[in-house]
Amino acid sequence: MSQMLEPNPSEIKEQKIYQEMGLSDEEFELAEKMLGRTPNYTETGLFSVMWSEHCSYKSSKHVLKKFPTEGKQVLQGPGEGAGIVDIGDNQAVVFKIESHNSPSAVEPYEGAATGVGGIVRDVFSMGARPIAAMNSLRFGELDSPRVRYLLEQAVAGIADYGNALGVPTVGGEIQFDPAYESNPLVNAMVVGLLNHEDMQKGQAKGVGNTVMYVGAATGRDGIHGATFSSAELSEDEDEERAAVQAGDPFTEKLLMDACLELVKSDALIGIQDMGAAGLTSSSAEMASKAGYGVEMNLDLIPQREMNMTAYEMMLSESQERMLIVIKKGREQEIIDLFAKYDLEAVAVGHVTDDKMLRLLHKGQVVAEVPADALAEDAPVYHKKSEIPAYFREYQEMEVGVPEVTDYQETLLKLLQQPTVASKEWVYRQFDHQVGANTVVTPGSDAAVVRIPGTNKGIAITTDCNSRYIYLDPETGGKIAVAEAARNVVCSGAEPLAITDGLNFGSPDKPETFWQIEKSAEGISEACLALNSPVIGGNVSLYNEKGGKAIYPTPIIGMVGLIPDLAHATTQSFKEAGDLVYIVGETKPEFGGSELQKLVHDDIFGKAPAIDLAVEAKRQKQILTAIREGLVSSAHDISEGGAAVALAECLFGTDGLGAEVTLAGDKTTALFSETQSRFIISVKKDNQAAFEETVKDAMLIGEVTDSAELVILNENKELVIKSDSRKMEEAWKGAIPSLLNK
Amino acid sequence: MKIAIVVFPGTTCEADLDAALKQTTGEKAEYVGHDIETLEGYDAVLIPGGASYGDAVRPGAIAKRQPVVKGIQKAAEAGKPILGIGNGFQILQEAGLLPGTMLTNESLKFVCKPVKLQVANNDTAFTSLYESGEIISLPIAHKKGNFYCSQSELKKLQENNQIIFTYTSENPNDSMADIAGITNEKGNVLGLMPHPERAVDQLLGSTDGVKLFKSIVQNWRETHVTNA
Repeated sequence: MSQMLEPNPSEIKEQKIYQEMGLSDEEFELAEKMLGRTPNYTETGLFSVMWSEHCSYKSSKHVLKKFPTEGKQVLQGPGEGAGIVDIGDNQAVVFKIESHNSPSAVEPYEGAATGVGGIVRDVFSMGARPIAAMNSLRFGELDSPRVRYLLEQAVAGIADYGNALGVPTVGGEIQFDPAYESNPLVNAMVVGLLNHEDMQKGQAKGVGNTVMYVGAATGRDGIHGATFSSAELSEDEDEERAAVQAGDPFTEKLLMDACLELVKSDALIGIQDMGAAGLTSSSAEMASKAGYGVEMNLDLIPQREMNMTAYEMMLSESQERMLIVIKKGREQEIIDLFAKYDLEAVAVGHVTDDKMLRLLHKGQVVAEVPADALAEDAPVYHKKSEIPAYFREYQEMEVGVPEVTDYQETLLKLLQQPTVASKEWVYRQFDHQVGANTVVTPGSDAAVVRIPGTNKGIAITTDCNSRYIYLDPETGGKIAVAEAARNVVCSGAEPLAITDGLNFGSPDKPETFWQIEKSAEGISEACLALNSPVIGGNVSLYNEKGGKAIYPTPIIGMVGLIPDLAHATTQSFKEAGDLVYIVGETKPEFGGSELQKLVHDDIFGKAPAIDLAVEAKRQKQILTAIREGLVSSAHDISEGGAAVALAECLFGTDGLGAEVTLAGDKTTALFSETQSRFIISVKKDNQAAFEETVKDAMLIGEVTDSAELVILNENKELVIKSDSRKMEEAWKGAIPSLLNK
Repeated sequence: MKIAIVVFPGTTCEADLDAALKQTTGEKAEYVGHDIETLEGYDAVLIPGGASYGDAVRPGAIAKRQPVVKGIQKAAEAGKPILGIGNGFQILQEAGLLPGTMLTNESLKFVCKPVKLQVANNDTAFTSLYESGEIISLPIAHKKGNFYCSQSELKKLQENNQIIFTYTSENPNDSMADIAGITNEKGNVLGLMPHPERAVDQLLGSTDGVKLFKSIVQNWRETHVTNA
């Protein structure tokens, strides 16, 4: 398309061409008002991407404002590429989660790969070296060939990109449910490490300073990606495929190394990833954040396709590019720095004091828009919120205990449910050890990564049981944060902060918007109770196809600190003779449980209840016990209940078993998903001290060397006696066998 | 001892290797870039893993065309110990210093896990501190580690005791003759797919890589320092 063919302003207005770009009539009018004239084609494009949900958070902004974002550990809250948390000794961790759902639904390999690339750039743009990656994935049931294709390709995309970068992918989570059949979720999280003095911001300050473009050249890929991500998926996938970008991890690796050298230079003023909405968002946001303007000459932009228009260049989402602002006169040293890495660095413009984003192309001013209008002044919507009928119904429903006749067989079946089963098939494809700092590899409650050169570590987890959130968004939101914290605490870490990946359906539906509001309220409450503020995140709305939305899926990515790695703890039992405890009482709670899903092939009723004060107290006591060296292993009880948790404690131990007594209704004792519970093993010598520290711990049995899980009831009658190696085999084989169908 | 660690664009394991070497032997290595033509003055050359040049064409295919490979070849001719790990192994094959090639893993997937290996030959400058036949555990992380060569080459490898490490309980990539690591005929160039630099710390699960680094340094000291 050449510029001559672009519609003129009055055509854009009369033929409502702006609607094709995702702007509503009211939004276009607002843009006209801000500009004092009708925007031209390029300008309309700038408004449409910057005012897309993906870039502007226009529907979710006022919900996000409610999140607690402060804490003495927080050095940078939401608003920059990623949040930053202090870990002492002049070091800090930087982390963020980001979704790449729409691209992954259409082109799973590239969609997932570029998702990793984008979040890696967000982290190193803050001046931090990425030290660990995680992912959180949702797919439909594996009996569909399309789902198997999506899973295989998305995992390969994450693996090929992350592995080539030398950033270990240390874990994550994955769930399977028909709700994600047409809308898989691919969320990636990266954690970076920096020294306080290397902290960077995406700002364009100082009149006359030079704006430089660094990294890969711009092509026509990903044009309008942000807009595409902010709408429902259409039936025409071929058309959407053009909006998916292609990634090149080799260039990303060079760009990462170059930028990490750059952040040491005092010539650097600001740096930002060209992520969603590419050149437009990076330039407008850097100018707006600093209170300055930016003028760029698009003739100078490195291009890898012929005859690109201003519109195409500004809206391209080509990967592996950054925009930087440097002190005037220091251009050559920056060019030389990037040349060492075989990368281009080109001066394309400068900082101005008129707060405008001004674009020149072929000797003409092709766009002139206030930077704030694009980056700050997008309309904010207070969408209608309405309690869904299903919620009222579920709240009033009495969910009984599902009927189970063969407990042993049921346990074996639960262990083979894809959501419970071993995710080894997935994480074996990720290089989780490069960097030689991965202390706890994937498969335990949280991954633990050593801070290089120290004896400190961080625990990282991603969590979200979206079934609970669907049944009761507020309670489910609390549980998501609490479970993440449980995982972090069980690994011996104290929670520092969270990042949230908020994946929902269309906010235009009042019932969906209610889910967004309520789950955010639940998340906020739990963050406060567990002293783990939100330092950033991502919103992905309109995850629907054909009017069918995903389950509300606000994924919690949490990072915790382990001051001394001698206290890093895993879930597996360690030695025969150790005492086994369950912490917390068990009630019959089956709404949204694995057992309910297994028995009824559906979920309904109330989600399990959670008392955040109890949760916080138990977590604190368990962490104290771990740090006093009283705990051999710690595991939270989640999907599948206590029986599944006990079985998991045996996996990977090569021959350990356990004999425990669980009192009360058998089905409840074994499979209920009552919250705030843990399985902990303790050396006999530590019995008194442990019981003194963890008040709600109940001794239920012992670790044995029999390679068997033996569960008795209070009358010492045998309920389950199951070979742990056979259970492990079934648990490990479940996903591979579903994939090989 | 002066040790070079060769870093190509896309190499990712250089810092791990450097740290492991320092931790296990106290030796400090120097990074050398792909555009250095000579490695004279170095007593040993280590080529770490990663994805040099993004594994474009074939892993190692672009790396072998870089100036530094001439230096590696000369150092090999001079009998200096040369160690290639993962992508480093692939580069040594492409450069003609080690036989065979790497096919994609039989599973067609990247695989990262600890594997059991047997030290098939401990009579080398890299393995002298291991027991003969010792079973060790080292992590692997690769997509193309499926060693393949002609039958006559394999026969030569076997007859000359050039097969140094073999997979024991499970072959994770279906390599020929369970090969995980081989040397050249002279025994001074070792390529191995597992990552010994990730196995020098019990905290990370294994210390079975320690003896490999210690062997290199000890053998060099015995032949050079005591005679000096």
